[in-house]
Amino acid sequence: MDMPKPDTAVLARREQIVAKLLGILPPAAVIHDPTETRAYECDALTAYRCPPLAAVLPATTEEVVAVLRLCHAEGVKVIPRGAGTSLAGGALPTEDSIILGVARMRSVLEVDYPNRFIRVQTGMTNLSVTGAVESDGFFYAPDPSSQLACAIAGNIAMNSGGAHCLKYGVTTNNLLGVTMVLMDGSVVELGGAHMDAGGLDLLGLVCGSEGQLGVVTEATLRILPKPEGARPVLIGFDSNEVAGECVSDIIKAGVLPVAIEFMDRPCIRATEAFAKAGYPDCEALLIIEVEGSEAEIDEQMSLISSIARRHNPVELRESRSADESARIWLGRKSAFGAMGQINDYMCLDGTIPVSSLPHVLRRIGEMSREYGLEVANVFHAGDGNMHPLILFDANKPGDLELCEAFGADILKLCVEVGGCLTGEHGVGVEKRDLMHVQYAPADLEAQLRVKDVFDPDWLLNPAKVFPLDATESRRVA
Amino acid sequence: MRPSNETELSEAIRDAGGPLVVRGGGTRPVGRPVSGEVLSVAGITGISLFEPGALTLVAAAGTPLAEVEAVLSEGGQRLPFEPMDHRGLLGSEGVPTLGGMVAANASGPRRVQAGACRDSLIGVRFVDGTGTVVKNGGRVMKNVTGLDLVKLMAGSWGTLGVLSEVAFKLLPRPETETTLVLEGLDDARAVAAMAAALGSPFEVTGAAHLPDGRTILRQEGFAASVAYRAGALAGHLAGFGTCARLDAGESADLWAGVRDVATFHAAAGDVWRLSVKPSDAPDIVTKAGGRALYDWGGGLIWLLMPEGCDLRALLGPINGHATLIRANTATRAGIASFHPAPATVTALAEGLRRRFDPRGILNPGLME
Repeated sequence: MDMPKPDTAVLARREQIVAKLLGILPPAAVIHDPTETRAYECDALTAYRCPPLAAVLPATTEEVVAVLRLCHAEGVKVIPRGAGTSLAGGALPTEDSIILGVARMRSVLEVDYPNRFIRVQTGMTNLSVTGAVESDGFFYAPDPSSQLACAIAGNIAMNSGGAHCLKYGVTTNNLLGVTMVLMDGSVVELGGAHMDAGGLDLLGLVCGSEGQLGVVTEATLRILPKPEGARPVLIGFDSNEVAGECVSDIIKAGVLPVAIEFMDRPCIRATEAFAKAGYPDCEALLIIEVEGSEAEIDEQMSLISSIARRHNPVELRESRSADESARIWLGRKSAFGAMGQINDYMCLDGTIPVSSLPHVLRRIGEMSREYGLEVANVFHAGDGNMHPLILFDANKPGDLELCEAFGADILKLCVEVGGCLTGEHGVGVEKRDLMHVQYAPADLEAQLRVKDVFDPDWLLNPAKVFPLDATESRRVA
Repeated sequence: MRPSNETELSEAIRDAGGPLVVRGGGTRPVGRPVSGEVLSVAGITGISLFEPGALTLVAAAGTPLAEVEAVLSEGGQRLPFEPMDHRGLLGSEGVPTLGGMVAANASGPRRVQAGACRDSLIGVRFVDGTGTVVKNGGRVMKNVTGLDLVKLMAGSWGTLGVLSEVAFKLLPRPETETTLVLEGLDDARAVAAMAAALGSPFEVTGAAHLPDGRTILRQEGFAASVAYRAGALAGHLAGFGTCARLDAGESADLWAGVRDVATFHAAAGDVWRLSVKPSDAPDIVTKAGGRALYDWGGGLIWLLMPEGCDLRALLGPINGHATLIRANTATRAGIASFHPAPATVTALAEGLRRRFDPRGILNPGLME
């Protein structure tokens, strides 16, 4: 993968820049020893690594302002970083950049139940936000798989989703306001405890902007009352087509489950060998979860089951207890770990129209044979967000490149059928050069103009999101 | 000008010699009055995709909203956000279009539970001020590919670009609905009751307090579930009084009136729309002194004020924003309809407008 040449003038001033950072932050908040900056050389996309010039860990919005003001004056690029769990390389450093991590900013600033929001510093993990309110019967809805580790800052940067977004939406639908610092150090307050924008919806623009527009230091998040209960049903089918039809029929019948998860045979076999959840050995498996009181769950379950039975499932298992629910979810939640046991894998994140599911799975199977690499599919079937996991051997020369080419072909297929390159992981560096597949030059240009407004010198999170050839004139300007 | 497709729309904007008054159905005359040549999108119509199994709709921006709602209803679905029809309140005529609804980010009582128009909008095509066609988002509901211009277009009132196509995530139409009614609560108690309801697990999809003193709470879904939740909610709110219960037809009529602010249709005066922290609402209303309809559990206040009154000057700083929705042309020329933002935010908004519409011809000044 290409990255721009580092700014040699900045590299030459490394010592002075570090000294200036030490002048505005406590010593422990400036990491500049080369053995220590290596901890920031990559995020969860570990195939690409590059230690930054330095890493800083401010504790307050004021300290973020000071850092950005300094970097702006010095012409130093800045890579915002949440918890470093990006699968797309969203926090990958360059040699000439400063990592600005929010890991020390983990305070709850305000909890307001009557108005149903929580205001936090963005270094808090996703799960700890729910942790702060759950004893009072509330939760924060977006639930990315990495929720134990990932930070709200990264959730906002990538507009994270999760398994339950069919009902509750993704981050942008649950974000009420932010405090954001622009690259020049000015502070912008967008939104708050009220709903919707009074002028242009800049909050909507900032959410999912992958650290291109500013550094979000504080966030006001909508919290929701916990449902009375939730239970899943597991349904196995002999064909992907039929499983897809079943999903479509359930939605058409007016049921809105909180989650509809789909696993294909390779994924079922791998997770079964790993987690022994007792899944049937079948072509396609659905896990559908519904919420409400016991009686409401029973009603929805019986409707879902009656629809599923019309499609001749090989297995249909309604959960009757917390224990059975845990067993049904066990395999799905172990899927990534199970694949990791078998081999190295790359996790993709394209979205497709739900109706294209059988076609796309068939094509992925054909490509898998052409490339000689195995693929397992896990899939948020209600919203069309696919996570094909391509297995490869990182120690085998050429295998990573082969895997990347295969992945790119799958994502192109997603776009071809009317979908998109990324449903919840973001573009980062990983899919940067595929943006031409989804967007015409004018579509990209409109996005670059937004970046021009917020970060006119193009110092924030360089060489991400947009193809390098589309941004070259701006980056060298 | 009335182009009949996106190409003609692009040419019309590219070749425009001066300011354009961008119009869908012309039913939402809000904002600082703009003079210029009228550019109507009402000729660009048609539903290109409705897939109930995927909860997805794609349609041209000039498609009448009523036509879309009829088609969705036939398929057992709907737009989740319950868009307001402004005609009754503004005394306007014409046919509301999908594009106009998006440009206004028109969102009704269900916003409190299902999100605003911008939350259901998943894709746009628009023509910027240079005549360039831009697409963003798409037809899938999970999409984080690049910057989200979809949200930016919602509520931009035609000032950044002229919409040609819009795509939505839909929701199933519920089997039935009911509304619980509490009588005689003062505004502060009413907001507290609504907070208790919205903070319960019993899925309230509308929470309003009417000028006649009624506090109303709506629930929707399958019949047995609604019956159960209505009972549970009434018990939960016992401390606020005894709830009466409306049947599905009465409930639907009542909420259509809340959505369209029917209570102020025939009343003289200016109408303001405030989005605030719900618990702040009663004090704001007291300070303003006008008649109020509270929606969104108090988060949305519709205020009837004397003509020409500068509500913002009267209130001072608030947590939220106040928009002047109905007033005569002279008032709208004198008082900014949209809430002035801090300088940093204004600079960003102006920067965006300059880049999307460098000649400043799309509804110039409307949002200032």
